[in-house]
Amino acid sequence: MVKLDETSLPGVGLRYDFDGKFGKRVGVITHRDGRRELFVSLREDPDSCAQSIVLDEAESEVVADLLGGSTVTRRVAQSMQDIEGLAMDWLPLADSTPFHGQPLGSTMLRTRTGASIVAIMRGGGAIPAPGPEFTLRAGDIVVVVGTAEGVTRAARLLNGEPEVKAARAEKALAETP
Amino acid sequence: MELGQLFLELGGVIFLLALVGRAAGRLGITPIPLYLLAGIALGALMSLGNAPEEFIHTGAEIGAVLLLFTLGLEYTSEELSSNLRANRQIGLIDLALNFTPGLIAGFLLGFTPMAAVLLGGVTYLTSSGIASKILRDLGRLGNRETPVILAVCVIEDVVMAAYLPVVAALLIGGTLVAVGVNLLVALAAFGLAFFLALRYGHVLSRVMNVPSDEALLLGVLGLVLIVAGVADLLKVSAAIGAFLVGIALSGEVAERARRQVEPLRDLFAAVFFVFFGLQLNLAEVPAVLLPAIVLTLITGATKFTVGWLGAARAGVQLRGRFRAGTTLIPRGEFSILIAGLGLSLAPSLGPLAAVYVLLTAILGPVLSRFDAQLAPLLERKKPEHKVPAPGQISR
Repeated sequence: MVKLDETSLPGVGLRYDFDGKFGKRVGVITHRDGRRELFVSLREDPDSCAQSIVLDEAESEVVADLLGGSTVTRRVAQSMQDIEGLAMDWLPLADSTPFHGQPLGSTMLRTRTGASIVAIMRGGGAIPAPGPEFTLRAGDIVVVVGTAEGVTRAARLLNGEPEVKAARAEKALAETP
Repeated sequence: MELGQLFLELGGVIFLLALVGRAAGRLGITPIPLYLLAGIALGALMSLGNAPEEFIHTGAEIGAVLLLFTLGLEYTSEELSSNLRANRQIGLIDLALNFTPGLIAGFLLGFTPMAAVLLGGVTYLTSSGIASKILRDLGRLGNRETPVILAVCVIEDVVMAAYLPVVAALLIGGTLVAVGVNLLVALAAFGLAFFLALRYGHVLSRVMNVPSDEALLLGVLGLVLIVAGVADLLKVSAAIGAFLVGIALSGEVAERARRQVEPLRDLFAAVFFVFFGLQLNLAEVPAVLLPAIVLTLITGATKFTVGWLGAARAGVQLRGRFRAGTTLIPRGEFSILIAGLGLSLAPSLGPLAAVYVLLTAILGPVLSRFDAQLAPLLERKKPEHKVPAPGQISR
């Protein structure tokens, strides 16, 4: 699991960074005005940026799609091949969900449960690989992939109901080969 | 005066500023010191009529208000309170190290105590405008030392927000009791407004957020000037009123207001610096040159120490510490603002502040640019310092 640091930059926005396996620090700055800045540190001076790339909102969506999209395909393919220990579930957001109108990133689902949201079903259509800024609504169906335990915890987290927890747990376990 | 002549003179001044701004862009430095120089040159070379002078004066006051308003917009109230809690220590070190030299220099130069307090303010405040410009221009927002630099700026801005009303109350003078009452009124008004801005800012933000850009600009500008006016009538300092409005606005409306008000701010802030330059007497500059240089060296070193210590605490290495220290050196808009309050108290305060801002605003960015070359010089010295350390531990 990558250890992500979050730092507030007053007057600018938020900075997320981590130490990449290839030996440099990599990070993203989310500017208040919606721009994203992607940077990588200098090898001999890990505190500074060797290069930074500023992306506007549309561009950063494309990059996020490129980076996240491949994960989605891989994960879905994996679940199709019935990999042991992998569970996938369609979790409807109840009216009582605390995340109605909240961005998907605010659920911190991946960090908290280890499960990933690979798609959202809304109004009969599917939105594959939604970004962290995607706004959730009650009534959405969230497609989650993870371990059986992770999916159960995701269901609990998304709806915040103890009853759902038990029901989902059984369902998720039943679907796990 | 004829309208045509007024336009001609104002147009001339603004066009001169445009040229100065282009030159600054070419040289890669901030235009603030050059605006000051342009003001001084204008004052020395030609005398503007009364009408342009009056317009420039009012424009300068609006400039100060808009500078502080946009500064307030930059920060959300959560950022302010979390920053204040997390970085108290470095904030106090900063205040002690950088206010004191100005205060002492004021007494040494024979200023009145009040003017010395103002000079302390002049040397204390880093220009957050110049600092953030350095960070953006050199692509350093992702650097590890950057949060430290920004945090110091944020704390200084809050300290200034409390300092200005106090100074304003002290400047009214009078008997000890009157001063005390003024001080209490100012602090109470400031505290109440600060509390309201933090607590109910979101309500104001919702009300002000109209879909039309035009209505938003007019609404925000009107509100800022009204609050600034009320603050000025209460003797709390107009600029601080505007700062608090900026803090109260947050979220979408803040982002939109910033985009709308920024061009206006750029215009009036330029006028603000020119006006300050215009008021100065060129003949007084040689006399303050030496004190300004000494003060630049001392407070340059103390500011550097603050950045160095803060970055070291954040686990940043040598070069990053050097960058943090040098980025904090430049003083700018706030120093000029504070010096402007005391022009009648000590005639040499104005020229001193102008020369001082000029020197620090050039020194800081230049040093900051050469971190790769200069920081290793400090590294070589370090082992020498460290030699006695093992002995100390064994004792």
